[in-house]
Amino acid sequence: MKFKAMTALAGALAMVTGGALADADDDTLTINEEIEIITKTDAPAYIDGLSELISGWHFRSDETQQLETDDFDNPGMLGVEAAMEVWETADGSEGKSCADCHESAEETMVGVRAVYPKWNDNAEAVWTLEMAINGCRTERMGAEAWKYDGDDITNMVALISSVSRGMPMSVAVDGPAQATWEEGKELYYTRTGQLDLSCANCHEDNYGNMIRADHLSQGHTNGFPTYRLKNAKLNSVHARFKGCVRDTRAETYAPGSPEFVALELYVASRGNGLSIEGPAVRN
Amino acid sequence: MKRAISAAIAASILAVAANAEAVAPSDVAYDEYGAVAASLSGQPGNAEEGATAFGSKSIGNCVSCHAVTALADVPFPGNVGPSLDGVADRWTEAEIRGIVANAKKTYDGTIMPAFYQVDGFTRPGKAYTGKAIAVEEIEPLLSAQQIEDLVAFLVTLKEE
Ligand code: HEC
Ligand code: HEC
Repeated sequence: MKFKAMTALAGALAMVTGGALADADDDTLTINEEIEIITKTDAPAYIDGLSELISGWHFRSDETQQLETDDFDNPGMLGVEAAMEVWETADGSEGKSCADCHESAEETMVGVRAVYPKWNDNAEAVWTLEMAINGCRTERMGAEAWKYDGDDITNMVALISSVSRGMPMSVAVDGPAQATWEEGKELYYTRTGQLDLSCANCHEDNYGNMIRADHLSQGHTNGFPTYRLKNAKLNSVHARFKGCVRDTRAETYAPGSPEFVALELYVASRGNGLSIEGPAVRN
Repeated sequence: MKRAISAAIAASILAVAANAEAVAPSDVAYDEYGAVAASLSGQPGNAEEGATAFGSKSIGNCVSCHAVTALADVPFPGNVGPSLDGVADRWTEAEIRGIVANAKKTYDGTIMPAFYQVDGFTRPGKAYTGKAIAVEEIEPLLSAQQIEDLVAFLVTLKEE
């Protein structure tokens, strides 16, 4: 059954590809002339559908790619700057700021983005970076939780990502996180909506192809939060997932829902080995 | 004798009914290879309308996946599906109708969406709102006549 479909698709693709258009380019990415970014690497063994991992950066135009090479040109860095101020600002009933507990983000937050989503022992659940940030706000600062995919939290995730740029993504897929990972994998391959499409249909079977004017990437999360030229702001992982699911004419899951947390863990693990780029620039 | 006559009458009434109105999505008769012999609307299609539907984002939006040289003025065709130049040399009208109505009957597991189907979806949503839709409210992506128009357009795509 599957075989028939696969060969038909392979035949169809052989007919239309061959142009340079279909491929990820061979450019290399260095940010601020010092941070070298791994944008292509071997896929981890537990990912069946990909042999080489390719950052979404390779599928963008030269002009868009260029914006990510220098922090002065990267509009996503404005969100990072805004978060640096918030980092130092006390909030909530305890009168504490992030800096009161964590000192300088440039030092204490290095490497954090690489391992999230991550199992949290106290909560006995996999936590995204957003959940960890809101955990500090509600439990330690006595402040209100930020909206899961609002600007405040997305800027803060961008700050925490930015200090790990260049480091390879390395989320854990085994141990206590494994059940959540399996759940995410299931969601990744489930076809949804009236268009009946799964993440894999677009980002595993068809990356490199054009869906109308959109050049399909492998759909990795190493560049998040991404500054999108389309909506001129930083976008969180779950906001992107929501948009992609909506585009299958499906009922989406909510940002911060257990389903999207599981999906984020699985999708992040598909990118293990690619460097963190966030805040990346995309269209 | 009497029985045979009434059966014949019944059959002709059915044929008339089929000619007069569209076949419901769940009643479409696919053969074992996924082809559909009869017009879904009971009417012939209009190739010009079909060409418009093919290129229009709000109707068929087939160009998001397929290029057609005859529609070179429609910008940015996708290449997730094959170019449809010469498609009528490869497939009969009935086969093309089957592929447009529900390509999964022809190609198991294809990425191409079913344009004349209303059930069997996971988490169907109300158009592109991301909100749920009640199962009984689901309309096919294209009407029976829009599919006939597309078929009429596609059968003109010959290279020989
Ligand atoms: C999301 C992608 C997608 C969309 C949208 C799409 N198709 Fe397809 N189509 C395909 C793929 C892929 C194939 C090849 C079958 C396979 O390998 O799965 C195909 C095959 C076909 C074929 C047979 C092609 C051949 O040369 O043998 C026809 C005819 C066709 N499509 C017509 C249409 C029409 C008409 C529409 C719009 C109403 C449409 N398609 C929308 C992906 C798509
Ligand atoms: C109908 C096709 C389609 C489907 C199905 C789809 N996506 Fe996407 N996705 C896109 C397009 C188009 C883009 C923008 C171009 C790109 O980066 O691929 C995108 C971008 C992304 C990105 C951003 C990549 C980057 O480098 O910035 C992620 C992450 C992503 N998708 C994840 C998913 C996940 C997870 C699913 C399933 C829940 C999914 N997508 C389903 C079409 C799709």
